[in-house]
Amino acid sequence: MELSEIEEIGVELLRRAVTRLPEDVKESLKRALSEEESEIGRTQLEAILKNVEMAEKSGKPMCQDTGVPLFFLRVGKEFPVGIEEIKSALVNSVRRGTKEIPLRPNVVDPMSRENTGDNSGRKMPYFDVEIVDGDSLEITFMPKGAGSENMSFLGMLSPSKGVNGIKEFVLEKVIEAGGKPCPPTIIGIGIGGTADLAMKLAKRSLLRPLNEDHNDERIRELEREIAEMVNSTGIGPMGLGGKFTCLGVRMDFASTHTATLPVAINFQCWAARRSYALIEKDGVRRVLP
Amino acid sequence: MSEFKLKTPLSEGDVDKLEVGDIVYLSGEIYTARDRAHKRAIELYESGEELPFDWNGAVIFHCGPVVIERNGDWEVVSAGPTTSSRMNDLEPKVIEYFGVRGIIGKGGMNGGTTEAMNKHKCVYFSITGGAGVLVAQAVKRVKGVYWEDLGMPEAVWVFSVEDLGPLVVTISKGRNYYLEVEKKVLSVKENLLKRWIK
Repeated sequence: MELSEIEEIGVELLRRAVTRLPEDVKESLKRALSEEESEIGRTQLEAILKNVEMAEKSGKPMCQDTGVPLFFLRVGKEFPVGIEEIKSALVNSVRRGTKEIPLRPNVVDPMSRENTGDNSGRKMPYFDVEIVDGDSLEITFMPKGAGSENMSFLGMLSPSKGVNGIKEFVLEKVIEAGGKPCPPTIIGIGIGGTADLAMKLAKRSLLRPLNEDHNDERIRELEREIAEMVNSTGIGPMGLGGKFTCLGVRMDFASTHTATLPVAINFQCWAARRSYALIEKDGVRRVLP
Repeated sequence: MSEFKLKTPLSEGDVDKLEVGDIVYLSGEIYTARDRAHKRAIELYESGEELPFDWNGAVIFHCGPVVIERNGDWEVVSAGPTTSSRMNDLEPKVIEYFGVRGIIGKGGMNGGTTEAMNKHKCVYFSITGGAGVLVAQAVKRVKGVYWEDLGMPEAVWVFSVEDLGPLVVTISKGRNYYLEVEKKVLSVKENLLKRWIK
């Protein structure tokens, strides 16, 4: 496994993520269109699906906000390339991909607002690294747009609020966000842990496909309930009224302090882009979508 | 809900026939402008200077596109709308000073802008957020670019478009569809809490 190969796969992951939607997201959008009752809502879903199809055909980014680059790595203990080398190869992928695909250069210094021009910067791309057993490397790439990321919320609830408190907090924030995160959204929710862990769980939950169930029955139930509640608000596609305010809710939890109940929300726009590669020690095995 | 095909520049008559909920496909020239272009246009006007383009009857598009140069020509790669509310404080002046007749964006605008639109005969069109390729495919040519010193997203790009849409009329004649949806949502909130939070 050469570093240049990882760099190449990285560029391919960027390209696929911004030009093709994962199957589960596309399927959910199609189902939304067939079940949407609002006429204006349907025009929005139709435009979204047409846009997705055009992006796929033309190889152009489906949204001009190609986001900031986030990588989620699962590195096998016996994978022949070290973590720091993998990271540096993927930084190169981001720099090259920004020019070659092209992506909009979005990454700036947070104070001077100076743009680096290539979507890299201090601690950017962002890497979330897990060390796992085995000799393979899994890379998930998520470009995250600002419209939805700006709609992130953290609530440190009183534990006595319980599960009802979680639902109420989410409803408040969904209404506050309205059409801004480009609905129908996927709502990532992290509960428990600490403030930062809850937010991390919210973001990571967005990686779980819409057709893949959580292994905890309580979470499955809560995801269903919250999705139904959100889709009863009437905010609708692009906030123009209608049934489909969200495509689904993705949730995860961590054990927490007896005196706290952190709830974190991280919205994902309808352009819920993510790509995935499985690399075995002797070559690429699988790339999605 | 009627459907219209319109050509820019828009006339007062064009604006008069548009009601909230109508669908429009637009052809002709449109001008991209975000915060900084709005600011500069206002500053020039207030210091008695002319704009390098004519916004009388024009349609402004809240958009920071991805554009590349190929063999000396500009090509639009992706050009969806940006959040219009950022221009809330600037738009009333732009509408009043230059006679702008249409704004394309996402997320809608506030009561102040709705009033200015009503007073000076201007409408707001919503275009699907994130639909960057849909817009890019409707752009037949980039006719020019002004104020490139503001950077690619903030510059004023003149797009020649054909059947850009579907655009939904969401602010017209004093009606603001976004504020109406918001009101409805707030009115069902209590019921939702009762139903879902036992």
